[in-house]
Amino acid sequence: MEDIKRRLCDIVGERFVSDRAEELFFYGRDPGLMPPHSPDFVALPGTVEEVREIVKLAFREGVPVVPMGAGMTLTGLCIPRKGGIVLDMKRMNRILEVNDRARYTIVEGGTPTGALKAYLDAHHPRLRFSIPDSPAATTIAANVMIHGQGRLTQQYGFNSDMVTGLEVVLPTGDVARIGSCSLSPDWFSKGAPLPDLSGLFLGWLGTTGVITKVGLKLYPRKKMREVEIFITDSPDFIPDIIYEITHTEMTEDINIFAQPLPLIFKDNHHVVVYFTGDTDEELEFKKKSVFHALDRFIKNKDGGFMTVGPGMKQSLLDMPQRSASTFADVTKGGGFEYSGPIILVEKYPQCSRKLDELAEKYDLKYHATARIIGRGHAMMFAFSFTFNRADEDMMDRVRAALREASEFALSAGGVFWKPTVDEQRRLLQAMDPVTRRLMQMIKRNLDPSGIMNPGNWEVP
Amino acid sequence: MRHEEILHRCFRCGWCKFTSDYSEFNCPSYRKFRFDTFAPGGRMWLIRAWLNGDIPNSARYQEILYSCATCGSCVEHCAFSFRDDLVEIFISAREEMVNDGRIPPPVRDFLKSINVHGNPFKAPEGERGAWAEGMPVEPYSDQDYLLYIGCVGSYDERGKKIAKALARLLSRAGVSFGILGDRELCDGNEVRALGETGLFRFLAESNIRMFRELGVRKIVTLDPHAYNAFRREYPGMGGDFEVLHYTQLLSMLVSQGSLSFSGFRERVVFHDPCYLGRHSGEYEAPREILDSIPGLERIEMRQSRENAFCCGGGGGNFFTDILGGGEESPNRIRIRQAVAAGAQVLAVACCQCAKMLEDGIKGENLEDRIRVLDIAEIALTALKG
Repeated sequence: MEDIKRRLCDIVGERFVSDRAEELFFYGRDPGLMPPHSPDFVALPGTVEEVREIVKLAFREGVPVVPMGAGMTLTGLCIPRKGGIVLDMKRMNRILEVNDRARYTIVEGGTPTGALKAYLDAHHPRLRFSIPDSPAATTIAANVMIHGQGRLTQQYGFNSDMVTGLEVVLPTGDVARIGSCSLSPDWFSKGAPLPDLSGLFLGWLGTTGVITKVGLKLYPRKKMREVEIFITDSPDFIPDIIYEITHTEMTEDINIFAQPLPLIFKDNHHVVVYFTGDTDEELEFKKKSVFHALDRFIKNKDGGFMTVGPGMKQSLLDMPQRSASTFADVTKGGGFEYSGPIILVEKYPQCSRKLDELAEKYDLKYHATARIIGRGHAMMFAFSFTFNRADEDMMDRVRAALREASEFALSAGGVFWKPTVDEQRRLLQAMDPVTRRLMQMIKRNLDPSGIMNPGNWEVP
Repeated sequence: MRHEEILHRCFRCGWCKFTSDYSEFNCPSYRKFRFDTFAPGGRMWLIRAWLNGDIPNSARYQEILYSCATCGSCVEHCAFSFRDDLVEIFISAREEMVNDGRIPPPVRDFLKSINVHGNPFKAPEGERGAWAEGMPVEPYSDQDYLLYIGCVGSYDERGKKIAKALARLLSRAGVSFGILGDRELCDGNEVRALGETGLFRFLAESNIRMFRELGVRKIVTLDPHAYNAFRREYPGMGGDFEVLHYTQLLSMLVSQGSLSFSGFRERVVFHDPCYLGRHSGEYEAPREILDSIPGLERIEMRQSRENAFCCGGGGGNFFTDILGGGEESPNRIRIRQAVAAGAQVLAVACCQCAKMLEDGIKGENLEDRIRVLDIAEIALTALKG
């Protein structure tokens, strides 16, 4: 191990390598509920060449390598389950290019979403990207690798669908370019018209390589944004409401939330509809279209638009949304975790009722969030619970509730998003065996030594 | 430990690391060391781990805790309701470490020097007022203001120049003020920030007793750190005085017409000292003074006011230098920011900032591009007549 440390120091410099108790403690856990496991080293590479050298060293020595952005998945995906080297990628945070006309950017693998937002605000105010509701520290590479979702997901799908190219250090230390950038200087497409090899990396949770560069689609940024909230007191109306809203093709984003506190929110389901426009007329037209689409619910007294106060409006319009983080401290305990399956919108009533049931059964504070993906093709439904990090019993109850939520989601046809190791195992067990073997084949070929984030996506 | 009940509430989400617009990492120690352990969230988790016995009080732990510049950027940007307590939590952890008897040697030496010599420079107490020799200042008797200079202004060569400039300026403006000279005692702000609560209390109580005996009603401080201690800590110990930072007094003098300027024809950017800005909420007074000087072109750095990047000297680091050194030391980063903004002069309102940033210029080899001047020095240079 001393020899590995010396060689890591040779690669990135002594100040960016640690095997001290403090770093091993901190990088051995995340804010969620997964059990910790210390790495042997934490290394902070500054260049793709340094990543490459580290991976080559790890490949030769059979040492695990766990790439990490901000470590915000909550499901332990960066916890080095078998030790080894945690690669904290956040020194690689340069925005390398913005192609204004073709509307894409190329960023390094550790670039935070907040940094790209700030850069576009300052230099390309007519462009935007799909900002997730996670903290600004969340890295773009990690977000697309876990199929994250953001403010443009209702229009354009998962954030991973918006990738235009990847540079990946393979588990052997080779560097692969994926998409048009494999043969062209232009990063306009991750797949078409070539075979789409991005699927070898997106969704693999860092088990097939280290993403060192991401090409990402940018989209027109309208001058104005607005938000309205439609309320109904029955979850049964939600699928139809979503169907009607998405049919208009007039919205930026649609989220749904339900929570028991404060009391003003209790027993209601809030459909949060975002609009954008370049003129008042455009914005108004879009709003009217959505209002008309929901006429029948209003006439039947099944729902209506609520008045959104300025404070709440600002909080909803924030990108990234800080209030999503503050939910963690609702119980003054600093803990928050959710199981967020991707599931059909028509399953919203079942999901909602299941969440109510779990919260009551385990005596937990909860929050339901659903983010609509595409034109209602699916949603991410978050079974969210807060916990007190100093209360082991409460943490155990949240674990139990999340386990039940997972079981329910799988039985209801959902697929776990950013799955815990336990959820990964369940997915692999439930999966079509030929598909499972295909995953196994891909993994073995890409990572013959089994060094990349081992413990995750391990085919039994 | 004080605030122990808050530690587990940190979500380590990282909002605390950024500026308001997320364009830069604004935590000086994270910016330099880049391990998440050096960010406020890292500290929160490690303090809890230390108290729980999961990690030792090691040299690394000490480096992590004592490289915090207590600049308050995390307080400004944390998303949670306990944000106001963040710096106090880190200071409390340092208190525990002092009580534990295991602190970094430079911190130990600093505290020992204050204990033995009454100042961090290991200089004789009798020399504390030497900066004022030949100056038009009187010992404090019953003048309107006590001008409190502090350790850096009294002993450090750069600080002494700034102290002299301020004293001349106040004299020229006809302000009734006096100084304590060799009777002055350390204000204790950095002692407290480094975790020596007992010594801080002794200094504060001694100062309060002396101020009362002398009949002090109004204090004007050279140093924002002293301003912070007098304004925020002393009242809780019975030290209720009207306290101003000197920029606030100068700003008043300018608006009253007691100070007027002929000109200063340079492009100037102001560096907000953490203990004047974020800790005390004073962003305008220094700018008002600069804006009143004809010919002075005042510009802003992107990271200014609430988002100002610390010079790296706060939290005792001016004396211990645990945060300093290398290209990513905060003072060098700040100089690069000032140069990028196009400034010829980097204006400061803190003698610790002045020294830190001048070192930053040397480190960056930018002596021909930019210089550091305190607002008192600029104002004195620009003074009419």
